[in-house]
Amino acid sequence: MSPPHSSAALLSGWGRTAPSGAELVRPLGLGELRTTLDDAPTRGVIARGLGRSYGDAAQNAGGRVIDTTSVDDVAWFDAERGHIKVAAGASLDELMRHLVPRGWFVPVSPGTRFVTVGGAVASDIHGKNHHRVGSWCDHVSELTLLTPADGQVTVGPDRDPDLFWATAGGMGLTGVILDATVTLTPIETSRLLVDTDRTANLDEVMALMESGDAAYPYSVAWIDLVATGSALGRSVLTRGRFARRHELTGSAARDPLAYSPQVVAGVPPVVPSGLLNRASIRAFNEFWYRKAPARRRDEVQEIPRFWHPLDLVRDWNRLYGARGVVQWQCVVPLEAGGALRRIIAGLAEARCPSFLSVLKRFGPANPGPLSFPGPGWTLSLDIPAMVSGLGPLLDRLDLEVVEVGGRIYLAKDSRLRPELVGDMYPRLDEWRAVRDRADPNGVLRSDLSRRLGLC
Amino acid sequence: MATVRDAVGGVQSVLVLGGGSDLALATVRRMVADRCHTVVLAARHPDRLEGELAALRGAGAATAESVSFDADDVTSHQKVVDDVFARHGDIDLVLLAFGVLGDQDNFDHDPVAAAAAATTNFVGGVSAGLAVAGQLRAQGHGTLVVFSSVAGVRVRADNLVYGATKAGLDGFASGLSDRLAGTGARVMVVRPGFVHSKMTDGMDPAPFATTPEAVADAVLDGLRRGSEVVWAPPALRLVFGVLRLVPRPVWRRLSAR
Ligand SMILES: Cc1cc2nc3c(=O)[nH]c(=O)nc-3n(C[C@H](O)[C@H](O)[C@H](O)COP(=O)(O)OP(=O)(O)OC[C@H]3O[C@@H](n4cnc5c(N)ncnc54)[C@H](O)[C@@H]3O)c2cc1C
Ligand SMILES: NC(=O)c1ccc[n+]([C@@H]2O[C@H](COP(=O)([O-])OP(=O)(O)OC[C@H]3O[C@@H](n4cnc5c(N)ncnc54)[C@H](OP(=O)(O)O)[C@@H]3O)[C@@H](O)[C@H]2O)c1
Repeated sequence: MSPPHSSAALLSGWGRTAPSGAELVRPLGLGELRTTLDDAPTRGVIARGLGRSYGDAAQNAGGRVIDTTSVDDVAWFDAERGHIKVAAGASLDELMRHLVPRGWFVPVSPGTRFVTVGGAVASDIHGKNHHRVGSWCDHVSELTLLTPADGQVTVGPDRDPDLFWATAGGMGLTGVILDATVTLTPIETSRLLVDTDRTANLDEVMALMESGDAAYPYSVAWIDLVATGSALGRSVLTRGRFARRHELTGSAARDPLAYSPQVVAGVPPVVPSGLLNRASIRAFNEFWYRKAPARRRDEVQEIPRFWHPLDLVRDWNRLYGARGVVQWQCVVPLEAGGALRRIIAGLAEARCPSFLSVLKRFGPANPGPLSFPGPGWTLSLDIPAMVSGLGPLLDRLDLEVVEVGGRIYLAKDSRLRPELVGDMYPRLDEWRAVRDRADPNGVLRSDLSRRLGLC
Repeated sequence: MATVRDAVGGVQSVLVLGGGSDLALATVRRMVADRCHTVVLAARHPDRLEGELAALRGAGAATAESVSFDADDVTSHQKVVDDVFARHGDIDLVLLAFGVLGDQDNFDHDPVAAAAAATTNFVGGVSAGLAVAGQLRAQGHGTLVVFSSVAGVRVRADNLVYGATKAGLDGFASGLSDRLAGTGARVMVVRPGFVHSKMTDGMDPAPFATTPEAVADAVLDGLRRGSEVVWAPPALRLVFGVLRLVPRPVWRRLSAR
């Protein structure tokens, strides 16, 4: 028997590259959500948040997919200590609207606010502050998890830590996350003081990040992957911190915690393939680089402009046309700067068009066996899926990454060779053992887990 | 290991119906050179494919096997297909490649032989195609590649039976593609022109003649792009765009060989 509110659906990730058909179940409350693992179909079940992972992590071809986004209440909020217990289907967008005016911010924010708390845990997401505070699950004190083996269980860093850390970055394959208790970051204002540095090449930006990141809570570089020669890897580095109340002037000072992010426009459902092509992406990169100031200090920016500029345009992924976009994000160890340079040179040489390319320096890893971040340089890029030769090019880059002990981010993957995943995540078997305890019959499955043979 | 089609068209597992087909084998070799680890060749004489299977294993396929399959025995199709899916888990890609060309001069005097060709090419295609579609639908993903032909785009007098069977198969495959919309399963129709293969051995090549390897490249490119129809060589799309429209008397003259 099908659970309530279910329908056949064709689902894909944010990259819209490899859709698959599934039974989509939309539980309307916690009670219904708790029944979603019952009578599981033979092809299994996976939870889905807002579908912002780029590849196939939140799809389950021929099986069941649970849309968690209707179960999104805040159980409690301790405004004194900055703790919140919130249902997994709540979005970071909703959280920020609730928290910022009250003087609190999410501990980690990705490049979009349209991700759920469940998705944040399952991908153990990172933000511009990883070098200082780690990733999302470093700020989670407790999770309620629905597992096929034991039903509802509570886990945390000091309560069944194995299952807790296997769930951090576990891509939904250890259970359905019902809620999370999260430690927040206090803020005096909703404005940031931002320093911008435009660098002539890769060496310059790496040196600036190495020497200066420690002084800033938030740091990330936009990198031009089209530039070649002496301009290879030229970047615009932006770093900042939340402003103190006394640092604001004018209207900002009158309403220091004001927060009202806007969505200006959508993109029509059908866009001709090829709108984003080599020429337009090259032109964009040139424009973006030129438009940045060579050096600017203490510019006041609002949260959406600093963190979520893409969220301004709804459904911007449609700009890539029907064939969609491939994301590729790797991390290579800090001492493997040479590999980073070879990767960037390889992309520039292949004239690989990417315009949302970002470079960041990660801090230490947490105990999650499948958690992506670890000390090193992370590079992420978007490439139109229709670019010819893309598959072989990314396969070559994967080998560069593996060779130096790096890995790629599963939340963004849609095409990795399965035999590489064990090299990239050497603790995969340890993770599998914990997973098998929570899900001995392999009920939790996704297109990602099948494609890569994760479980 | 079970798998699904990836973002750039990578295929991990493939089933070929008509496992000895030169066009299909050229395609499978390309896929094994990339990341395809499971190959099942379904053919009338599975034992004759041992050499080919060994070569595929040598090229990196972890699993390469052949099974018995006769396109004319429509009552067996469902079971053959179901068994393959049951034993190997997900199949990303199925190539429907069997077919016979025949000789129109012979068909003119032997309607029974003509009906046999129609059974293989069309009736067998319908039944095998539907058996595969059922599995792909249940699996929620996967692509059925149907080898049609330009001969079916506009039927020529001098191979009218073959052309008509391909016209029927092409129509079936296009309709099936629409029937599967929204399920995750897909159909891609391939329309080659003259290809140098076992089928055309000893014949005079037609204009735009090509090779099995070039057809394989066109198939892989189509998978990467998510195409619904692939022409091989691609220029034939334009050529037949025109040929489809020329008046009958002109067509009779142009197509006579
Ligand atoms: C524009 C953009 C920018 C991004 N920037 C960043 C970034 O800076 N840093 C970063 O780390 N990531 C980034 N991402 C990726 C994104 O943060 C992750 O993919 C995140 O997991 C998406 O959350 P979601 O709610 O959309 O989850 P989905 O994409 O729906 O699902 C992702 C995974 O979470 C699992 N999951 C979701 N909910 C649950 C649940 N309740 N229980 C169990 N499992 C669950 C799913 O099974 C799946 O495996 C970005 C994505 C976009 C589109
Ligand atoms: N070559 C061309 O010029 C050309 C052009 C357009 C379209 N096509 C189409 O492309 C497909 C592949 O052609 P190809 O060039 O690769 O030819 P091929 O090498 O002759 O392959 C055709 C295959 O079909 C098999 N077959 C025939 N009858 C069968 C039956 N009753 N049951 C099971 N298998 C059967 C044959 O098996 P056996 O080995 O047992 O005989 C042979 O392996 C065919 O559908 C063909 O019509 C070819």
